[in-house]
Amino acid sequence: MRRRRAPLALAVPAVLGLLFLVLPLVGLLYRAPWSTLPERLTEPGILSALRLSLLTATIATLVCLVLGVPLAWLLARVSFPGRRLVRALVTVPLVLPPVVGGVALLLVFGRRGLIGEWLDSTFGITLPFTTAGVVIAEAFVAMPFLIIAVEGALRGADARYEEAAATLGAGRWTTFTHVTLPLVAPGVAAGAVLCWARALGEFGATITFAGNFPGKTQTMPLAVYLALETDLEAAIVLSLLLLIVSVAILASLRDKWISSA
Amino acid sequence: MTGGLLDARLVVDRGAFRLDAHLRIAAGEVLALLGPNGAGKTTALRALAGLEPLTAGHVTLGERVLDRPDARVWTPPERRPIGVVFQDYLLFPHLSALDNIAFGPRRHGVDRRRARAEAGDWLARVGLAELGKRKPRQLSGGQAQRVALARALATHPELLLLDEPLAALDARTRLDTRVELQRHLAEHPGATLLVTHDPLDALVLADRLVVIEDGAVVQEGDAAAVTARPRTDYVARLVGLNLYRGNASDHGVRLADGFTLAVTDRVSGEAFVAFRPSAVAIYSDRPAGSPRNVWAATVGGIQRHGDNLRVVLHGPVEAAADVTPPAAAELGLRPGQQVWAAVKATETHAYPA
Repeated sequence: MRRRRAPLALAVPAVLGLLFLVLPLVGLLYRAPWSTLPERLTEPGILSALRLSLLTATIATLVCLVLGVPLAWLLARVSFPGRRLVRALVTVPLVLPPVVGGVALLLVFGRRGLIGEWLDSTFGITLPFTTAGVVIAEAFVAMPFLIIAVEGALRGADARYEEAAATLGAGRWTTFTHVTLPLVAPGVAAGAVLCWARALGEFGATITFAGNFPGKTQTMPLAVYLALETDLEAAIVLSLLLLIVSVAILASLRDKWISSA
Repeated sequence: MTGGLLDARLVVDRGAFRLDAHLRIAAGEVLALLGPNGAGKTTALRALAGLEPLTAGHVTLGERVLDRPDARVWTPPERRPIGVVFQDYLLFPHLSALDNIAFGPRRHGVDRRRARAEAGDWLARVGLAELGKRKPRQLSGGQAQRVALARALATHPELLLLDEPLAALDARTRLDTRVELQRHLAEHPGATLLVTHDPLDALVLADRLVVIEDGAVVQEGDAAAVTARPRTDYVARLVGLNLYRGNASDHGVRLADGFTLAVTDRVSGEAFVAFRPSAVAIYSDRPAGSPRNVWAATVGGIQRHGDNLRVVLHGPVEAAADVTPPAAAELGLRPGQQVWAAVKATETHAYPA
């Protein structure tokens, strides 16, 4: 068999595309202040931003799982009037510029917002410019990723397994927890990872809704942006750290699935 | 007709298709629901299980009305004492064989340890005691079928539904599994409905047959009655008979296109005439003598059929004929050939329509 060459019209843009995606990362590695890296990494501001980022992204992912998986199930398994509209609404945060999302969140959860005012007067809870606000901003932006992945997995899973469970005496909730969820577990995990990665990188909605308070709402992306204005090397160090941590976590999760699947 | 553990009139409207079938099954009885593809067999099974809503009719199991739309009675599938073996088994892929079987008892309130012990017993009964830890994808087709049967029986259903239980198996496995299945069905104290399009499954496994076509029951009875007196072309083909419908007069049944078949049975009015393909003799020249049905025919297709050849004959009487390979060679049979076909009147069987 003769090896077939890819046509140049496809090969050239494909290689350019790869370079376009990889070169910025190479640039980051190239410009990194390797000699002073250890002491820079231990600066207190960096670690607290990293901790805050990991914490809020993880909580946001949990929030998305608790709310998003049932919503995906509803979209995939229950036919109700307006389902197509609901599906379109769910994906709005995907196409909405995050800053606009942040403004919208302020209008609803802000001190004078639709729900925020009531939360403030009734429970004394204020969400904007708090760590909880960071979680809300991240969840708002990241949830569509989870819903789309889980809904796709549910549509791909054979609903007749659920019928088989019913004939064995399982009600809808038991069927969901004992049959449906295990069947779509890989899809849920993939959705959760996408969701987590998106939450970790969230910038626009966070800075609009939660502000930029070190130790409280200043996540890694915000810290990178801030550092860029004063200290390029600090920005590089922060970026590198964010890159390494997210790649490491994603890679370890990926290995876990492949070995268990 | 028996008193019946199950009494169901299943009416399901789905677009242009309408199922309307009345089924009764006694305790311990195995009823085969036989029919061509698209006849509504699986719809009937799903309606009984509660997976398909009834348009009208009722499902009564023992004393309990499970489903009766005009009285607004409906029992969801999980609360019906009905077990189902699905055509492709639908064993839960994430659970071991043992846990698949234990799933039903667990949902019926049996605690985990006892459910697993019961599941182990069931595995042993279907001869798979040592395969409990295997996942469904590590089981062969025949093994998966047995696990599916054990899973359905483990909830002690009053009614067991089997949807083409052997269709997914290869010929050799099917033979063994059929024998196994027969044994387990004989032990099942409740009623059993077996949906199949394979007449052999129906004849071997069932006490009684119900044939449905286009959503309606066309014939029912025990195997002997159905095979001896088919009432539709489909049933005739299933049991391997040539079947004609016509108007009976003295010792003859006049078919719609004018040909009269001589018969020995006394019938009058609308009647069926049936004869076996092996009763049809083929000659190259017109045969003489004896009270025979003789007609000129054209050879259509020729196929192997067991040890013989099955020849399709076109002509005033469309018929299948079985001839031995030497006879076929002597006649030099080939498609398109003009031949004479003959059937003795004593080889025909005529009965009222």
